[in-house]
Amino acid sequence: MLFTVLTGLIISCLLIPFGNIIKTKWSILLPLIPVILFLYYLLQIPAITLGTNVLQHVSWVPSLGVNLDFKLDGLSLLFALLITGIGTGIFFYARTYLRGHPYFDRFFAYLLLFMSAMLGVVLSNNILSLFVFWELTSISSFFLIGFNNDNKDSRNSAITALSITGLGGFFLLAGLILMGNITGTYIISDLVTQREILINHQMYPVVIGLMFIGAFTKSAQFPFHFWLPGAMKAPTPVSAYLHSATMVKAGIYLLARFTPALGNTEYWNTTLMIVGGFTMLMAAIHALFRTDLKAILAYSTIAALGMLTFLLGMGTKEAIIAASVFILVHALYKATLFMVTGVIDHETHTRDITKLSGLGKVLKPVFIAALLAALSSAGLPSTFGFIGKDLIYEATLHYQQNWQIWLTAIAVATNIGLVAAGFIVGIKPFVGPLPEEYSKIQLPPFSMWIPPLILAILSIVFGIFPSITGDYFSHQVANAIAGVETNLHLKIWHGFNTVLILSLSTLAVGTLVYLFNKPSSIKLAKIESANKISAQYVITGIGKQFAVFAKWYTDIFHNGYLRSYHFKIILAAELLLGYKLWISGPIYINFEDLTPLSWYEVGIVAILLGALYIIVTTKSRLTSVVSTSVIGYAICLLFVFYSAPDLAMTQFTIDTLTTVLFVLVLYKLPPFINLTTRWVLVRDAILALGFGAILALIALRILYEPNTTEIADFYGENAYLLAKGKNVVNVILVDFRGIDTMFETVVLAISALGVYSLIRLRLKSSEKE
Amino acid sequence: MELLLVLVLGLLYSAGVYLILRRSMVKLLLGIMLLGHGTNILIFVVGKITKGHPPVIDETYKVFQEIYADPIPQALILTAIVISFGLTSFAIVLLKRVYALVDSDDLDNLNTPEEEDI
Repeated sequence: MLFTVLTGLIISCLLIPFGNIIKTKWSILLPLIPVILFLYYLLQIPAITLGTNVLQHVSWVPSLGVNLDFKLDGLSLLFALLITGIGTGIFFYARTYLRGHPYFDRFFAYLLLFMSAMLGVVLSNNILSLFVFWELTSISSFFLIGFNNDNKDSRNSAITALSITGLGGFFLLAGLILMGNITGTYIISDLVTQREILINHQMYPVVIGLMFIGAFTKSAQFPFHFWLPGAMKAPTPVSAYLHSATMVKAGIYLLARFTPALGNTEYWNTTLMIVGGFTMLMAAIHALFRTDLKAILAYSTIAALGMLTFLLGMGTKEAIIAASVFILVHALYKATLFMVTGVIDHETHTRDITKLSGLGKVLKPVFIAALLAALSSAGLPSTFGFIGKDLIYEATLHYQQNWQIWLTAIAVATNIGLVAAGFIVGIKPFVGPLPEEYSKIQLPPFSMWIPPLILAILSIVFGIFPSITGDYFSHQVANAIAGVETNLHLKIWHGFNTVLILSLSTLAVGTLVYLFNKPSSIKLAKIESANKISAQYVITGIGKQFAVFAKWYTDIFHNGYLRSYHFKIILAAELLLGYKLWISGPIYINFEDLTPLSWYEVGIVAILLGALYIIVTTKSRLTSVVSTSVIGYAICLLFVFYSAPDLAMTQFTIDTLTTVLFVLVLYKLPPFINLTTRWVLVRDAILALGFGAILALIALRILYEPNTTEIADFYGENAYLLAKGKNVVNVILVDFRGIDTMFETVVLAISALGVYSLIRLRLKSSEKE
Repeated sequence: MELLLVLVLGLLYSAGVYLILRRSMVKLLLGIMLLGHGTNILIFVVGKITKGHPPVIDETYKVFQEIYADPIPQALILTAIVISFGLTSFAIVLLKRVYALVDSDDLDNLNTPEEEDI
């Protein structure tokens, strides 16, 4: 299984160097990749049918518990087949759709990356590798949605989609890690055995809350649904692939995958039913008023995703069976409708439903595909959609007393919307009079209408012979979600019962809605105005405010003035140090320990302070430099008095050198000019005195502490015995800490090189301002 | 004497901070030097000062016979003096270079340089 995940990743990298060859001559090789992977997964069906799980373990970062554990069960296989199977169709389709596009190779690199990531998500048995692949799908879909990168809307949609799904991924990671901490395992199949611990843990609501945010953002559930209609800016093959069958179902996959471990509690069921139910109803209503074909499909996809969330939330055996079948039903007809839309867009250059009609006359095979898909979406008897719809009603009717009526009602209402939406997309553009401008349209190459036709025909074949899917793997999908045996057997005819009546009346009402509700731009504007209060405006508003805040913050803290940085840093240091001094109590001075004063010391200190005053107040550069050197010499004398001859010598030399250098280099500079106001000077003086006071207080506090002399004693005793030197300071520098001193010399050498080269460097006339 | 040294180091720090808050590059540099002096005194004073007993072993003995000044602060300060000279000398010539280029000592004139200045 590892190879199926890695193939796409590796080939997408290879497309960087070999993209140009692939683009021109060998583009036929690209669709072969999903074909091979699809065949591989088809061959896995016999094992899965019997209920065996295929496991694979590859160590990755064992110390962190991050391993590439893969597991193939019914649920994973269903998704793997969808990803590679629909992927095959999409690859053939996109190869024609984008022929001659300058970024052809880039597109397929993204698409392969996405396919690999998606396979990784559905096959991972380790929650951390699942998360890695999950994020990879967000990132690759960002590039795919923003593929038309010269279009501003396209870029914005890509950023919206990335920020919403990325935000969800962030919460998901928190949820997954929390779950790993509670159970101590990161293996998904081991979590089921820890179910009791998980659902009784006090953090359980937090865990599932975080996971819900991850799943809802990915699967476009209210209030995060708005990125999906925006993502329709992507090229149609991308919408058909990502936004019908694969990526948006990743959230559903996540919920289904963790149902055995976390599901069927009150929190789980209530949240999913409310969110799913609201989403599907809202999206189904929205879908009826759109005029853009892809927008209709986007909203009907959101409705279908809401339906799946809703079914998983019900959590009964019937609901899980319905969900496991409906995933496939929806993927088949929705991918078909998207590809049909792509053909229409490609040939007529519009997707406006109010302008399209009569295309059935020129695009006959496309019309057949669209019609079949629309019928399956409507749930006409003998289509796969009919079976899906039956199972949904079966599930709602068998739910607890008191609730079944309401659940059935909203399921029926949603399905009515889906029927009408399917007809609008699948039938309306093809019937009626053919406008003059479209009469010249030619049927596009095979590869653009064969894939949707195959998928549409499958919708019918599976509908007439439901046991093909039911007996081979759908029952294992349901088993994997439920965690127990579900005894799923799909039948085409359940007898004449309530479910059939509901199905037929849904179809009838949906058809009526289709016939009498004509989408128009006026209605669109009305329903768009409802979006003003939606989550989209809240979230983008927060985003904008955050940018404003960031700018404000930057203006304050990063304004480009060095002194302003100094001021803030020192102020912060003063506050922190001052607070620490304050809470550590009063300061004592041990007067008996102090060294007595002598008159020449007082004299030196007086000179030093005098020089300091001159530096701060003088207007002459030379005076200030000389005063600095006076301070250096004064300190030098203090070192002499207090038993530090080495320091005194060094200080004397260095101070002399610095002053000479200063005067040599800077003698030409003009005098200081007063650039600031008195108020600023006073403010700075207060800050400076405060800093000095704090440092002085710290020094006093340290002075009161008892002196520890262990290290000094060590050096004092061993200076001669070990290092054969009698000047202890010298011995420390050149012997005990010799390597430090060597590097210090290196620093000085580098500095000397810098000084030398800067002095030698002549100014070019062009550099002078 | 310690109290006097504490006063000196406090004032050295204050003057240093005050100078690095100015716009002039020369003052900035002098401020950095004063902060360096202040730190040296700080290390010196908290290491307990001793008068008249340098940490040098008497010629006739192999170990100290009486009290001696703590050699560790001295070793640290010696290193600090030398390194700060490396910094100061480089900063001085850099300052000269900048002055030659922009003809100003004002730090605010260095903001948002043109492309070719970088």
